[in-house]
Amino acid sequence: MIPVIVIGAYLLVIAGIGFFAFKRGKSNTEDFFLASRSIGPMVFFLSIFATNMTAFAILGSSGQAYRQGIGIYGLMASSSGFVIPLTIFFIGTRLWALGKRFGHQTQVQFFRDRWECDGIGTVIFALSAAMLIPYMIISIMGGGTVLQDISTPKGSHDALIPYWLGCATVAVVVTINVFFGGMRGTVWVNIFQTILFLCFGFVAVTVISHALPGGFGEYMGKLASDPKTSSLLTREKMLPQFFWSYTLIPLSSIMFPHMAIMCFSARKVTAFKRTVIIYPIAILLIWLPCILLGVLGVATLGKIQDPDGVLLRMLAEYAPVWLAGLLGAGIISAVMGSDAHQVLAMSTMFTKDIFTHYGGREKYGEKGAVYFARAFIVVVTILAYAIALYLKEKQGIFEIAIRFAFSGFAAMAPVMIAALFWKRSTKWGALASTLFVAATLIGFALLQGTPTPPPAAAKPAPVQIQEKVAEIAKPDSTEPKDKRVEVAKPAPAVVADVKPAVPLDANGKPKNIIWQIGEGKGAIPILSRAPNGDVRFLSGYMTVVPMVFGSAICMILFSLLTRPPSKQTIDKYFSKTQTGAAPPTPASLTNKA
Amino acid sequence: MKKLLLFLMVVAVYVLHQDYWNWKNAELVFGFLPTGLAYHAGYSVLASIMMAVLVKFAWPKHLEDVEPHEPVQGKPEEERH
Repeated sequence: MIPVIVIGAYLLVIAGIGFFAFKRGKSNTEDFFLASRSIGPMVFFLSIFATNMTAFAILGSSGQAYRQGIGIYGLMASSSGFVIPLTIFFIGTRLWALGKRFGHQTQVQFFRDRWECDGIGTVIFALSAAMLIPYMIISIMGGGTVLQDISTPKGSHDALIPYWLGCATVAVVVTINVFFGGMRGTVWVNIFQTILFLCFGFVAVTVISHALPGGFGEYMGKLASDPKTSSLLTREKMLPQFFWSYTLIPLSSIMFPHMAIMCFSARKVTAFKRTVIIYPIAILLIWLPCILLGVLGVATLGKIQDPDGVLLRMLAEYAPVWLAGLLGAGIISAVMGSDAHQVLAMSTMFTKDIFTHYGGREKYGEKGAVYFARAFIVVVTILAYAIALYLKEKQGIFEIAIRFAFSGFAAMAPVMIAALFWKRSTKWGALASTLFVAATLIGFALLQGTPTPPPAAAKPAPVQIQEKVAEIAKPDSTEPKDKRVEVAKPAPAVVADVKPAVPLDANGKPKNIIWQIGEGKGAIPILSRAPNGDVRFLSGYMTVVPMVFGSAICMILFSLLTRPPSKQTIDKYFSKTQTGAAPPTPASLTNKA
Repeated sequence: MKKLLLFLMVVAVYVLHQDYWNWKNAELVFGFLPTGLAYHAGYSVLASIMMAVLVKFAWPKHLEDVEPHEPVQGKPEEERH
């Protein structure tokens, strides 16, 4: 009961902040969507970090560490710590400047003006919206699941907050916050949320290490000295190709509409300075304790049914009840922080890229656009809630969709880079890239769904997939199967794919070939399927690799083959006086709308 | 020359992420931290230092002088009720 009270109090504070922000707001879209571009440096960092951190950073990371060991940190956290600040530094700052000067509030507004296009912008909008929607749904599902888990008394199966109520609670609180507060309410809440979940890891590690007899060292020593668990402290089970290709996934971050929109909201470009420097450290503060605790869960809890719940289980075992509630609020913070930005981003995109662009603002005025935005927030949240309820059992589909979305947004990065830094890029290059990304997403999704798994993977055995892969990939393995760490139900991750390997044959080539060039020993496998059904490229690379490079090639080829934008537009975006006080053009005035 | 050095620094940091030499190392640092995890924790700090160097030597200062567009004015929420 105590955790429920703590979380209830937390949710009331969040809703209250939304109301307070409402009082400070103005009735124009720039204020509602971007807080009048007035976000200061520290708030900007806390908010952009909350935008990008989902519940996966806490629950999913520890669950994956439980399954696959410490390699998850290098795979996801340190690669993000390298790539995301770089993209914010090079792309985010430029987006901010263009937004400040020309009034852009979304990526599509910028693309339309930069490449003098209309319908192509709508195509990019449609792809972005399609990739973002599953993310919103899974956030509500995740919130409902966490509230249900936290509110289930020890030894009982009846939750005080059932799944439907948990989803509803998260949806209502996020809606109140975004509906009334807009961007201002969202970032104010983010301050509170980010501090809470940044503290989460440190507090959890401290409390649990005090509760463990012998401390971390003794348990880690046991894991290291036991041959059946020592691989959890290495990356033995991870293909280097997979590890490398994952470094492309964080390119998606700046292409997520809610991240790009956040970049427009800073008061000064100098706000980015502190953000890019602190960002890798903040990732370290959250991920390191969660990975450590996830691996430790193998030693302290043994076999558990739901690895993604390992952290909650450890808190229940080793933390006082009131603290478990507070830490639960930290987890909910991560869920709602990103969900609020996703809802706001969807509203911004629909209002600016569709409603305003196609004449809604001229007809209903600026105030009408804000009403439209608010109505859209309510409708989209109700829809997401209904889907979260009625497709609860199909959660895996949304998780797969999100994995595809990460690859899709990463593959759209060349479009943004070309728009910002390559004068010669054209709208046809952008269209070719976008269609290539959409086509590969659909193609890989169809291949993912093809029910032709290898016989071993088709059997529903209570053995972790990665254990199976390791056995296949390591013909010299002499470890008896029954001695291995067994996990009954590996839950899928709420982020880009982490299932690393493809089964290899005796020649070191992938089994389960989908497409290869040539025959026999000299054959080159182009696409194959991992045991979990995911498609792999060449000898185990993620599909994001051909998607990113293919998208870049499309952009270059089609741009070179087609006519560039007018000199006036190129001068507008690339002249040396770009940052000066150039007179507004008709196009920029249109974009202010 | 400065740009080339900074570019090489970024490439070097990226290459350091692919630490194949730690792939199968299960030893513990400070008695509780697996080597691979300690390495990548250190790598996160290195990434932060790299960004500090970029901010110091490659900051797009010209963006600080951007002239803002004129936003559409709106009334405070309180005045609307």
